[in-house]
Amino acid sequence: MEHIRTPKVENVRLLDRSTGQRKVSVGTLYLSATHTIFVENNPETRKETWVLHSMVSSVERPPTIPAGSQLILRCKDFRVYQILIPQERDCMDVHASLVRLSRPEKYSELYCMSFNPNVNKEEREDSWKLIDLMADYKRMGVPNNLWVSTAANSEYRVCDTYPSELFVPKSATPAIIVGSSRFRSRGRFPALSYFHQDTLAAVCRCSQPLSGFSGRCQEDEMMLQAVMKSNPGSEYIYVVDTRPKLNAMANRAAGKGYENEDHYTNIKLQFIGIENIHVMRSSQQKIIDVGEMRAPSMTDFLWGLENSGWLKHIKAVLDAGVFIARAVADEGVSVLVHCSDGWDRTAQACSVASILLDPFYRTLKGLMVLIERDWVSFGHKFSHRYAHLDGDPKEVSPVIDQFLECVWQLSEQFPCAFEFNERFLIAIHTQVYSCQYGTFLCNCQKERRDIRLHERSHSVWPQLWKDRAEYTNPLYKAEQSQSQGILRPNTTPYCFKMWKGLYNHMEKSTPPRQSPSDYLSTVKEETQQLEEELINHQERIAALMGKPITWEKIEVPRRRTSHLGQRHCGPDPPSTYTHPITSPTQDNGHALSSEPVNQEAQTKDPALSLPLGLHTHLKSQDPDDLSACSDLESGVADLSSRSSSGVDEGKDPNETASPPPDWKSKGNH
Amino acid sequence: MSNTPIFKAFCCSSLGTKSLPRCLQPTCFCERTSVGRQQLKREGKSAVRVSAQVMEFAELIKTPRVDGVVLHRPFLPTVEGTLCLTGHHLILSSRQDNTEELWLLHSNIDSIEKRFVGSLGTIIVKCKDLRVIQLDIPGMEECLNIASSIEALSTLDSVSLMYPFFYRPMFEVIEDGWNSFLPEDVFKDLESMTDEWRLSEVNKDFSVCQSYPPLVAVPKNVDDETLKKVATFRHGGRFPVLSYYHKKNGMVMMRAGQPLTGTNGRRCKEDEKLINATLRPGKRGYIIDTRTINVAQQAKARGGGFETEGNYPQWRRIHKAIERYNILQESLIKLVEACNDQSHSMDRWLSKLEASNWQTHVKEILTTACLAAQCIDREGASVLVHGTEGTDATLQVTSLAQIILDPACRTIRGFQGLVEREWLQAGHPFQQRCATSAYSNNKPRQEAPVFLLFLDCVWQILRQFPCSFEFSESFLVLLFEHAYASQFGTFLANSTAERTKLSLPEKTVSLWSWVNRPQELERLTNPLYEANSLVIWPSVAPQSLLLWEGVFLRWNRSSKCLDEAYEEMVHIIEYNKELQSKVNSLRRQLAELETEDPLLQTP
Repeated sequence: MEHIRTPKVENVRLLDRSTGQRKVSVGTLYLSATHTIFVENNPETRKETWVLHSMVSSVERPPTIPAGSQLILRCKDFRVYQILIPQERDCMDVHASLVRLSRPEKYSELYCMSFNPNVNKEEREDSWKLIDLMADYKRMGVPNNLWVSTAANSEYRVCDTYPSELFVPKSATPAIIVGSSRFRSRGRFPALSYFHQDTLAAVCRCSQPLSGFSGRCQEDEMMLQAVMKSNPGSEYIYVVDTRPKLNAMANRAAGKGYENEDHYTNIKLQFIGIENIHVMRSSQQKIIDVGEMRAPSMTDFLWGLENSGWLKHIKAVLDAGVFIARAVADEGVSVLVHCSDGWDRTAQACSVASILLDPFYRTLKGLMVLIERDWVSFGHKFSHRYAHLDGDPKEVSPVIDQFLECVWQLSEQFPCAFEFNERFLIAIHTQVYSCQYGTFLCNCQKERRDIRLHERSHSVWPQLWKDRAEYTNPLYKAEQSQSQGILRPNTTPYCFKMWKGLYNHMEKSTPPRQSPSDYLSTVKEETQQLEEELINHQERIAALMGKPITWEKIEVPRRRTSHLGQRHCGPDPPSTYTHPITSPTQDNGHALSSEPVNQEAQTKDPALSLPLGLHTHLKSQDPDDLSACSDLESGVADLSSRSSSGVDEGKDPNETASPPPDWKSKGNH
Repeated sequence: MSNTPIFKAFCCSSLGTKSLPRCLQPTCFCERTSVGRQQLKREGKSAVRVSAQVMEFAELIKTPRVDGVVLHRPFLPTVEGTLCLTGHHLILSSRQDNTEELWLLHSNIDSIEKRFVGSLGTIIVKCKDLRVIQLDIPGMEECLNIASSIEALSTLDSVSLMYPFFYRPMFEVIEDGWNSFLPEDVFKDLESMTDEWRLSEVNKDFSVCQSYPPLVAVPKNVDDETLKKVATFRHGGRFPVLSYYHKKNGMVMMRAGQPLTGTNGRRCKEDEKLINATLRPGKRGYIIDTRTINVAQQAKARGGGFETEGNYPQWRRIHKAIERYNILQESLIKLVEACNDQSHSMDRWLSKLEASNWQTHVKEILTTACLAAQCIDREGASVLVHGTEGTDATLQVTSLAQIILDPACRTIRGFQGLVEREWLQAGHPFQQRCATSAYSNNKPRQEAPVFLLFLDCVWQILRQFPCSFEFSESFLVLLFEHAYASQFGTFLANSTAERTKLSLPEKTVSLWSWVNRPQELERLTNPLYEANSLVIWPSVAPQSLLLWEGVFLRWNRSSKCLDEAYEEMVHIIEYNKELQSKVNSLRRQLAELETEDPLLQTP
């Protein structure tokens, strides 16, 4: 509270630039210990905008203009708020307060330490138990006669950034573990990330070896040998160094580096070339700028996209995952993954590989487990990377953003493979930055224990799980081929798109788009109600007629349509193309004439003749409810009515097709 | 099979049955249906001419059949089989049953490349629908013969040799598509809304304007004599005609060719009178010139020009920058080259995509269409659109504006009507523009993907409003395919005048006859469609405009997962509908039971 210089300023103008809002709203600005709150003056709406202090990444104060002093709030979820305060004095106070409030110095200042979602102690304790990593290891069949739990790190003595419970090859003795950890940056020795039951191959992770130009370590070499031996029948392992080879070589000068293939028997070294956190930080800044460009031309946009390098980096991360998944699933070879410290690129590569390898991680619960394992428990530096506390800006980098984006890119290629939708990924992204819950606080397990995080805050997962209806992908079907087994994505450059949902809030909301996914979710919800009603009616009819219930199952045969596929391979009607010609070597041409050439095309699936007219009743039987149907569109109507009345201020000519009044001045006279 | 002799008379016998390649027969089969039979009889008298043509094909086919040919297609297993050439098709058939075979129209072939390794020849066939296939042909001579035949057969000069003149439908024509969208029928709708327009017959013999249909809608109080005078003042005789009437506020969109002002500023009182006749008292209108002011200025030197304020004080002119056809063709070639680049460099892909400028054209065209729609719907002003000829960019703008403004154009039938009105009857020179696609080695002359760009723009709007269109993406892809190569006569020739001269409606089948059958309509229907009576304003921000993957990446990646998703979507909706009707019938049954037995109504 001591940081708030002025708790309330009136007659403030706010423009939420990121939602494509064009009209400035006038209202009162309040500063609380945790939020900046803006309440609109308009007595009808009294719309409130809440911005969590920990979501603010920067507060800028551009030069004062005649109408007042300005503030620009840039948030970690890429929203931008423009604030105009009449008095310069107030503006300076708000600025100073926000600068301090948005850069907390201690964990105790963070929102999650004061946030209480109205649950008691037991519920809070339970909240931390929703995601159980040991249960997941058990699910993948660990421990077994190849991989065992080790107590070596139980008090974080061997490696303070690792979790206390780890799995290592059965033949790795404590001496090997300790020896290996001394030879690895930050003591992060090779440990199991994912075990693939089908091939018995494993994904392990560690940090770079402290090899320098010629150093070697017998225990470390034995450790890698042990990893190989834990995969019966395999003759080598891949060591995936996710860094560009040049970076890895440069590290040798600092006494670090990569494994010398002459010292380790039976390893194959593979460099992937994911750039470091500094490159990624500046790349993301560039793509944010692309998203914020005012009325860019197509050339500006595509050039900006290319120049940011962002999609190239996303592709590199996905390529790393694909390499690992292929080695494990197709070759049955175990992989040891590392980068420098083994907590950024390694976490990305391992978790993308798990997504590709195991359908479980493509479910809501599974993604939570995966993030909890490869990121939270294995010691990813959340606090530094996402600037939870005021610290070194060079430590900040969008590492988990890139992982989430890889998952999003995959979901575009495999629309039925993921149980969750884009909103879930964005919700996780927001929670990683917001510090509303304790889940993503601190840099490692030990730190969390030391500040008694679980006693002082709540876990985010139960909250997300509670809201799962909102996060469910209507197209997900567990039994579909892409929901099972290995995903083999295409990583040709044209398969990558800019993630508009994350970087382009603006385009999301103007004008309101129709979302097939939301539409289908509504249909599915209605279907569920209808199913209940059906049972209900059947029971009542049975009761009325005094007969046993006749359960009729509604089955609609699946339509096999190749939407745009190759089956319809040209301008002739498909039937002429697909009907096999009888072998032309047959001499009797006339015999062929009796064949009904086009019969196949005539036989029609009865299910296909459903009356399409029913469609309009889809949302509800109730005619009053038609309003709900048109809601989808009402924003469009709204937009047109708004601009015909001529209030188009602040509208960009090229952003939407709706031009401001001056847009005809482009005409040449 | 009484027709067999007739059929033989002008097809097989004339060549001698022995010499007839067996593979010709499948194409002949399609003529043995009931519809085909009548057609055959009708054409019996021209049998001699046809047989001469078949003879001509036979001369071009040096090797009609090769065994042991291996076909490679992206994302499909290779097929080994017999390759056959007919007058219009390249056919590859394996000996196994149930194996999909390849039927390729020669007219779909854009270019071919041949390669030899020893005596094994390889022909790479690049199609106008952007597909690339590879045929491995044993034997150098066979390979060379096949290649030269394909080259000759895919570049036939005469329209009357094209497949649509030989194709007989294997389906029952419920409604003849050639009569589905006649101007007089369309005008009846207009008459029900306003009496300010009339249908003029001034062009009934195509003497006033070669590229216009015989009937055009013009302001009621402008007589045919005036129209004739205006025609001399407009490029290609394309005097301003009605394109669209906006029911909501009575505003109109017209289109024309550029005014022939020339360097000395010629004016035409009748032209001024004609377009002023479309304005309400005291109202102003907008002239949207699809060219930049510089291009329009330069046009003066060649006798063209634009409307000056002095002579058209009630009109405000806006210049936009939609590119001309040769630039668009280059853009298509570059884009397709970028999509086929197999290197894995992101930078390279993005810079090639940018350098192709395709997305820029899409943005420019959509922006101009939105501008036209905006003038009409929001400014309450009438609009006249033209560029130079008024047959390309002009039509892109007027047709897209209608998609935005008029919900009827977003139905399957309405969209057909739009293509018919604003493209075919409006005189877009399809034959010139669609003669080659992205792979042709010939230097483009009149070729340009003007129609493809229009379809791309429609796809962009469809993607932004996925529930507002009755048709799905596959309809747009289908139109793209048929515009470039088809068994139907719809997209042949360059204007109604040419179509009439070639007797296309009598001699060929309309694409609409095929599309407007229940089974085909169903395939093209968008399962998400809910009629939306509102104006839809698409976003034209670059972030909102995507590469049309359904056309440009169609052959470059497997569509399996996307197909699965589409099927799932259809299933969710159909299951819901089925359940809905079942529950409704149970509700009725329950209501009946309850009224029958009043005792049971009390709880």
